[in-house]
Amino acid sequence: MSAITRAEVVHLARLARLDLPDDALTHYAEQLDAILDAVAMVSEVAADDVPATSHPVPLTNVFRDDTNQPCLARAEVLAQAPAAEDGRFRVPRILDDEEPA
Amino acid sequence: MSTLVDYDDALSRYEPVIGLEVHVELGTASKMFCGCPTTFGGQPNTQVCPVCLGLPGSLPVVNRAAIESTIRMGLALNCDIASWCRFARKNYFYPDMPKDYQISQYDEPLCTDGYLDVSVPTPDGEVQVVRVGIERVHMEEDTGKLTHTGGATGRIHGADYSLVDYNRAGIPLVEIVTKPVTGTGALAPMVARAYVTALRDIMRSLGVSDVRMEEGSLRCDANLSLAPPGEPWGTRTETKNVNSLRSVERSVTFEIRRQAAVLDGGGTITQETRHFHEDDGSTTPGRSKEEAEDYRYFPEPDLLPVAPDPVWVDELRGTLPELPAVRRARLQQEWGISDFDMDSVINAGALGLVETTIAAGADQAAARKWWLGELARTAKERGVDLADLGVTPVQVARVAELVAAGTLNDKLARQVLEGVAAGEGEPDAVIAARGLVLVSDDDALLAALDEAIAANQDAVAKIQEGKVQAAGAIIGAVMKATRGQADAARVRELLLERLGA
Ligand SMILES: [Zn+2]
Repeated sequence: MSAITRAEVVHLARLARLDLPDDALTHYAEQLDAILDAVAMVSEVAADDVPATSHPVPLTNVFRDDTNQPCLARAEVLAQAPAAEDGRFRVPRILDDEEPA
Repeated sequence: MSTLVDYDDALSRYEPVIGLEVHVELGTASKMFCGCPTTFGGQPNTQVCPVCLGLPGSLPVVNRAAIESTIRMGLALNCDIASWCRFARKNYFYPDMPKDYQISQYDEPLCTDGYLDVSVPTPDGEVQVVRVGIERVHMEEDTGKLTHTGGATGRIHGADYSLVDYNRAGIPLVEIVTKPVTGTGALAPMVARAYVTALRDIMRSLGVSDVRMEEGSLRCDANLSLAPPGEPWGTRTETKNVNSLRSVERSVTFEIRRQAAVLDGGGTITQETRHFHEDDGSTTPGRSKEEAEDYRYFPEPDLLPVAPDPVWVDELRGTLPELPAVRRARLQQEWGISDFDMDSVINAGALGLVETTIAAGADQAAARKWWLGELARTAKERGVDLADLGVTPVQVARVAELVAAGTLNDKLARQVLEGVAAGEGEPDAVIAARGLVLVSDDDALLAALDEAIAANQDAVAKIQEGKVQAAGAIIGAVMKATRGQADAARVRELLLERLGA
């Protein structure tokens, strides 16, 4: 019914920042196909009168009051990071390419 | 450097279409989905918790006050309020969000289909009202702040690495998107500026945000496209982070001139994000949108839908203040003053001050005169806003009352206000301490007058020949002798009596 192509797997892998080896693409395409087939079976059971749901519980308007709660200690927070500097998280260079002219 | 076409030439060949996306940080005490404080300027990464750091196992909960503020904003912008909507997860990889996604709204915004009327001055001195359609008002969370290190200019290109502060991540952010605004021609840059100004004033009157552009609590992206009249709309560019009212106007003007040059040369406009430069008012290309961003939005599984009850929405409607444009029109009519005079009051930031001064008993002309004259000058000298000068409307009303009663003249009144602004106390205390009382006692005035007459025989001769305007010299001498404290009108009467003129 569904047919995920290798090209689509490449695109999804890029969006998820996954570096998939070439020989894995067919393997994942088949797996994704199987997942979509399973989802399609649900669509067959659910008729048009069954609205799509995104949440398993029938609740709305779950809010909290606008009050402050204690924050974490910065030293503890930054201790979880691979690198920190000047009280901030240090992350690798974001853009590799040179600025366009 | 871009080639530019003369502005009027560009407008003679092309019709601009503008669109504005404004982000407003809400002034709630806590963040959108957690209890961290939202105060500006804290030490980096001291206002963070497991939720806004996206730590495993943490769950967001929606801040009721943020929803209420957004609904009130929507109502003030004449929007429909959704009866049911959801948050959506916007996926992207960029270190400004620790979760690797931003919670936003996608195809189910909380408020839709509104408008805001803005007034712009036309070149012939008229005021034109332009209706700017509002496409949507939706909620999202702000991102963290990046500092780029290394490289030449602290910019992302050429940086060696970046540092991240997540204090701002998760602060409630409301995005207001206009419909395309057409038919404004050469007024387009002014309309863009007037819209952002009007939006800022509404947010301020609602009390939902401090809307400080310089601190980033109001940020604007300006979209612009050009097309020959009657042709389909052209390709648009989006100029990001235009962060002052003046820059909004300048960036739109620049894009009109730049795009016209590209089109004149037979080129095509690239759909792209551009950056605005405050120093020379230019824009330069940023990330190209050739590779369409694929955010893979999906309903946020960690948050339940928001379904505002109509009764709740009506309650919130009841909390809306008189909106700025309505208030201005009402006050202008009550005071009976011209558009020009009203603009002067507004531009001086004196509207509320003048209104309160009148409420405290002053007449409108006096209230405007003191706030826009002596007090505006003092505020400018000190580099502070009028409201922060330390002079209250009640004090100004008292000075106006003393002038009206003839106890002070304008010169003395200025000295009294100067004293009040210098922290010397209430007007009556300044008058007592400085001895600022108008001398209208005839005996005291006559003594000074006789001396002035004796010293100005030329003027006396002229007055006696019927040249009454020569009285100015003698009155001036009396004012000087009394250090400005004489009642000039009474001096004139006494002089003419004395000379039998
Ligand atoms: Zn937090």
